[in-house]
Amino acid sequence: MSGKEYRTITDVKGPLVFLNKTEPVAFGEIVQLRLEDGTIKNGQVLDTSEELVVVQVFEGTAKVNLSTGVKFMGDVFKLPVSDDLIGRILDGAGRPRDGGPDIVADEKADIIGAAINPYSRQSPHDFIQTGVSAIDCCTTLVRGQKLPIFSASGLPHNDIALQIARQAKLKDSDEEFIVVFCAMGITAEEFNFFRSDLERTGALENAVLFVNLADDPAVERIITPRLALTAAEYLAFEKDYHVLVIYTDMTNYCDALRQIGAAREEVPGRRGYPGYMYTDLAMLYERAGIVKGKKGSITQFPILTMPGDDITHPIPDLSGYITEGQIVISRELHQQGIYPPINVLPSLSRLMGSCIGAETTREDHKSVSDQMYAAYAQGRELRGLVAIVGEDALNERDKQLLDFSAVFEDKFLRQSRDEDRSIDETLDLCWNLMSEIDTKYLVRLDQKWIEKYHPDNSE
Amino acid sequence: MSNEGVIYRISGPVVTATGMEAGMYDVVRVGHEGLMGEVIELHGDKAVIQVYEDTSGIRPGEPVLNTRETLSVALGPGLLTQIYDGIQRPLATLEEVMGVFITRGVDADGFDMGKKWTFEPTVSKGDEVVSGQVIGTVQETETIVHKIMVPPGKGGVVKSISSGEYNVTEDVCTLEDGTTMQMMQKWPVRTPRPYQQKYAPDTPLVTGMRILDFLFPLAKGGAAGIPGPFGSGKTVTQQSLAKYSDAQIVVYIGCGERGNEMTEVLDEFPHLIDPNTGKPLMNRTVMIANTSNMPVAAREASVYTGITIAEYFRDMGYDVALMADSTSRWAEAMREISSRLEEMPGEEGYPAYLSSRIAEFYERAGRVQTLNGDDGSVTVIGAVSPPGGDISEPVSQGTLRIVKVFWGLDAGLARQRHFPAINWLGSYSLYPPSLDQWFRDNVAQDYPEIRTAISGLLQVEAELQEIVQLVGSDALPVDQQLTLEVARMIREYFLQQNGFHEVDAFCAVDLHYKMAKAILTFQESAKNAMAAGADLQDVVNVPSRTDLMRGRFEATYKDEIDGLVEKMNEEIAAAIEEN
Repeated sequence: MSGKEYRTITDVKGPLVFLNKTEPVAFGEIVQLRLEDGTIKNGQVLDTSEELVVVQVFEGTAKVNLSTGVKFMGDVFKLPVSDDLIGRILDGAGRPRDGGPDIVADEKADIIGAAINPYSRQSPHDFIQTGVSAIDCCTTLVRGQKLPIFSASGLPHNDIALQIARQAKLKDSDEEFIVVFCAMGITAEEFNFFRSDLERTGALENAVLFVNLADDPAVERIITPRLALTAAEYLAFEKDYHVLVIYTDMTNYCDALRQIGAAREEVPGRRGYPGYMYTDLAMLYERAGIVKGKKGSITQFPILTMPGDDITHPIPDLSGYITEGQIVISRELHQQGIYPPINVLPSLSRLMGSCIGAETTREDHKSVSDQMYAAYAQGRELRGLVAIVGEDALNERDKQLLDFSAVFEDKFLRQSRDEDRSIDETLDLCWNLMSEIDTKYLVRLDQKWIEKYHPDNSE
Repeated sequence: MSNEGVIYRISGPVVTATGMEAGMYDVVRVGHEGLMGEVIELHGDKAVIQVYEDTSGIRPGEPVLNTRETLSVALGPGLLTQIYDGIQRPLATLEEVMGVFITRGVDADGFDMGKKWTFEPTVSKGDEVVSGQVIGTVQETETIVHKIMVPPGKGGVVKSISSGEYNVTEDVCTLEDGTTMQMMQKWPVRTPRPYQQKYAPDTPLVTGMRILDFLFPLAKGGAAGIPGPFGSGKTVTQQSLAKYSDAQIVVYIGCGERGNEMTEVLDEFPHLIDPNTGKPLMNRTVMIANTSNMPVAAREASVYTGITIAEYFRDMGYDVALMADSTSRWAEAMREISSRLEEMPGEEGYPAYLSSRIAEFYERAGRVQTLNGDDGSVTVIGAVSPPGGDISEPVSQGTLRIVKVFWGLDAGLARQRHFPAINWLGSYSLYPPSLDQWFRDNVAQDYPEIRTAISGLLQVEAELQEIVQLVGSDALPVDQQLTLEVARMIREYFLQQNGFHEVDAFCAVDLHYKMAKAILTFQESAKNAMAAGADLQDVVNVPSRTDLMRGRFEATYKDEIDGLVEKMNEEIAAAIEEN
């Protein structure tokens, strides 16, 4: 660490500061800027050459001028990590926000995070019971998975995320998750909602919160999730915890990324987002999983709001190509007053196949899930037809499926915010609802499960 | 000027060096840690380098060393069963050296340089050998004989050659002019390996997937594109192809895809049995796994690494299938690097040379006469991930202009859980004219006609469905209702296939022909029965038709199908008498 302070700023543009002629500065090095009034701002080197250094300033460049002092700290960004993180609330740059002391570091971890060797990963296969029927039955969550919630403004994604955080557990086990919560550009009100809920249920003691609110510097959002994931990796792979990372809202993160791209005059990709956004998002989402020889795991629940409810917008689109499925929240269901308004049709869990069945959930799970899905899909499709030709034009099978789609939403999807259904309860409920349909139309159910579980055959 | 220079500038994966003599595509070592990189642009004495590893913490002024070699892969016995990153470093070796997280600055050989292989010469002293000629063999895995070839550009009269145990760097053969040959050779990845001539394809690559083999066949040596939005089953389709296609060698490139999914493949493949040989699939497989969060420049290189390995096995006379999942990630890597180079962008920020790079890549596919006169092929199947599922974007369009087979995945079908979710109306194959003779000779004389009949029915269905949407199916005349029923049978019984089912996952060519024929037989019998007064519902609901359809999940199905069809015909005939 040289300690030398440079006053060679030539240009300031948006969140970026350009400096002339310095000692060789490392790519990614941490930078401190000292303003005339003594305020310290932090930044990171984005581009470095013998003549010119580009620094991105996390706290924004307000009041930076050409005589601002710039100091290079000699190291890349690191987060002090230790067990003490648990129960703490930190700001978007990793400083205490709860009035508590600084974190006493066991070690300092590079926040960029190295890629896990695919050869060293262990395939996820432990079923996580969330107590939410739509998720447990149709888009089953697996420990080590990254499963985002695709939502939109005005929808109750926060409630769903919290309910999952509260209820998530392995079947027949009390083992709890450590929740790492990462807020990016959400409002103080939303944050208070999260915090008070975590406090109410006592989960706060088992949580680490990284908070960057809407009025905090936007550029800081670039590092907030990296800090959260670094903490998560430490807790999972060094301390053997099972970690659930919830981050919200990815859309704000991507907008911050775009802001920097624009300031650097980079060639924009779709809708002005940088061309490297896929790689950048992958470097966050891919920090989920289980590795061989380690006891802990990282499961990710990113929340993103789709601008204009558009699933083809670059943010949900690129996310969907990286994550292992998605849970899609539907405005239509929400407006019908159904909670949780999860539209199971476009929702998907790619790892579901590896965690359901006799040994983990129940032998009939796959069969039941397929049948529920198919019947609901057909029922929904018939609604369109009914709107044109009327219900009378339907044959018997179609009528039953149409009725089923309504029951599906009302009885299966709908549950209260603190209702924790076990997987057995969920599957039994499915059988009850499906028994309204004539068995001969339930072609996706295995005969042996019909004999064993169909309500007509019990007793 | 020397081979050593210093770093001038660092911007993400792009590093500029000065004071170094360099040529395009020279491999260089960057910084004190010796990170691997490749020269991609020259400006005066400045060389622009793309670095295959993370560059955080590297400073201007650190040394850069030019190796004067171009990015090459090591080719020789030991390739098969390996799992590599994008620049041919075995992942298992990386794990040993670095632990579970991939750090940087580590070099690793493509395969074990010390392992002894039993070399059997196929030429003897005094023989004249030419480029590409096989001079000996090594039994590399249970199923694959690795042929040791004279490297391109070498040749002469054999002075000495002998059988025995050698490692890959020991001399196995010496020529009169003093040239020595080892079992390992190196080849630059960006240069196609030479061959004598390309042939027109005339043999199908049998994949075991009915919709592909029957409706949209791919030829050995052909190129296919699979575009589809996320969740439509690209990866599952690619994996099924890797498992069941009748290629002798499979190269699977996971390019910028999900870590957990790659792990699933890595876990699963060693346990899979090749339906064609009964031996483990890994014996014929080389895998390249460069997940989305691994360095972007290595992702760019991964497809070249893969295709060079594929061409090497082709040169031995094997039929090789290469799967690249996904070429969009490769294109995005090009875009990312291009934007760091501040190049003038083409469409959607992609570099202007995108389509020519895509074309060059797919053009490395083909059925060829190898240098030694053998017949070998490389079939390339590239997945494309168009943003938002919209294939008007540059990568899809660049791909479609060059490939002859288009397997279009459809999110709507995937949502209905119709798998493989390949849209039968939008997909195409331009190979049937060149492959039909093979199908006539090897399956049945009327094979092409059956295909035309089935695809015709699907077209008619699409038109009828539009009417049904408006008036309901009951409003149609009975013969059209029957057509709908037959089309439903094609979709649910024939086109749908469970890629995870032990029996259904692979369907042999003669069996799918019988299944297609059974559908047409049903149509014919039903039509006749209804003309004779039978009721549509009675005909449709004959129990043996359900047995025929469900039976495909049984291992004994191929022996029973003829009996089931016969029984179905009898039952339909009986339906006439009921009325």
